[in-house]
Amino acid sequence: MGEAIVVTSGKGGVGKTTTSANIGTALALMEKKVCLIDTDIGLRNLDVIMGLENRIIYDIVDVIEERCKLSQAMIKDKRFDDLALLPAAQTSDKTAVTTEGMKKIVQELKQTYDYIIIDCPAGIEQGFQNATAAADKAIVITTPEKSSVRDADRIIGLLENENIEPPRLVINRIRNHMMKNGDMLDIDDIIQILSIDLIGIVIDDDSVIKASNSGEPVALQGNSKASVAYRNIARRILGETVPLQSLDEEKGVFQKLKNFIGIRS
Amino acid sequence: MFDGNGTITIKGTKDGLTLFINDRASFDNAINELAEKLSEYTPKKDEPIVPVTVKLGNRYINDEQKQQLEKMIGNNHRFSIEAFDSNVIHREEALKWKQESDIQVVNKVVRSGQVLENTGDLLLIGDVNPGGKVSATGNIFVMGSLLGIAHAGQNGDREAVIAASYMNPSQLRIADYISRAPDYETDGVYLECGLIDNTQNKIVIDRLQVLSSMRKDISGFERRMLNG
Repeated sequence: MGEAIVVTSGKGGVGKTTTSANIGTALALMEKKVCLIDTDIGLRNLDVIMGLENRIIYDIVDVIEERCKLSQAMIKDKRFDDLALLPAAQTSDKTAVTTEGMKKIVQELKQTYDYIIIDCPAGIEQGFQNATAAADKAIVITTPEKSSVRDADRIIGLLENENIEPPRLVINRIRNHMMKNGDMLDIDDIIQILSIDLIGIVIDDDSVIKASNSGEPVALQGNSKASVAYRNIARRILGETVPLQSLDEEKGVFQKLKNFIGIRS
Repeated sequence: MFDGNGTITIKGTKDGLTLFINDRASFDNAINELAEKLSEYTPKKDEPIVPVTVKLGNRYINDEQKQQLEKMIGNNHRFSIEAFDSNVIHREEALKWKQESDIQVVNKVVRSGQVLENTGDLLLIGDVNPGGKVSATGNIFVMGSLLGIAHAGQNGDREAVIAASYMNPSQLRIADYISRAPDYETDGVYLECGLIDNTQNKIVIDRLQVLSSMRKDISGFERRMLNG
């Protein structure tokens, strides 16, 4: 039996879809069978970030309304055999998806996949209800901004009512220099307010946007900070203990030498 | 059987009349005797109204009986019933009383959008996050950070206080008073309390230590019994 993890945040634009794509990809890199579900009906993005947009024939609404079989709607990833995507509908009526329908689909997918990553839409309406109804675990995404932390807090409160394990937190889009100056909320401040376990921090990295545009999740690409961060989150999901990434920029040899002999830069 | 003599005793005090009704007589007997006693007395029109306290001893009377007494005594006589005083109360009333005088302990984080309401005093072990709200008819004590809204003395008790380990609320409300945080960012304070200052006629925040002089009765059971 696999486990279903919903990725949610309340606020829009904090990186739910990017995180879903990268956690899924990173888990697949570690040879797990992973399925991504996009539940943002009408505003689907996950397929674009995964670079699978052109291959969509059927979507989640087709499965729920029984126009096709679940296996027909699943899109196999072009890089991994064990990674698949169930895309959201772009044109159909939102109300077609119900909590029962979602539960049925996830239950069926759990038979074949180790991890089912559910990408939740922004907001706390029906779409959120659908996405969380079928999940066993939750990951809450926030950025170091007040409004985003506020919404994450609200979401954590709502998740308490669901039959779900206590959610874990990803702090996304960290800008180190702003945090140092105190222009951004501190990681400790955020954890203190939300009082849930941290599962990862991701630095705001240009490579993430570049990767999204090219349809290649950043987790696949080398050693950029964000890439390592997402792979660390995946390892923590698997139960490994991985220390948090250091926020400091790596210093060049010259800089190190200057520090060594005590010249302030 | 009780013979009916001395069922009703009337005494004059400086605050008006006290009417004792012996709790061993039946209510009907007492009513009859009271009617007899009252008929002996016809007041003049211009006499001032005399307040009456009815002492019932170990007798419980319901609202209907109370009305009956009020009607009898108030009717044509220049009396008005000030209070009923009984040694016994109804079970439901007692339970309500107990609930209102209890301290309710809640152990959770009140998050944005969540509201925690309570009758009596509230002891919250956990934080109140921005956007969250706690309210109580009595006092509120937060062992944690109070960052959201707290409303003490919700039913109008102006003596109620709000205390917190760390106080940086967006609003404090006590009874019908409201105070809010300033528009600039503040750091918050540790181990302080909010209460209504009667001289300034507003909510002030002060060290917890002032409570022992400003609200002496806060620990007393009596206060909670009387104010709920």
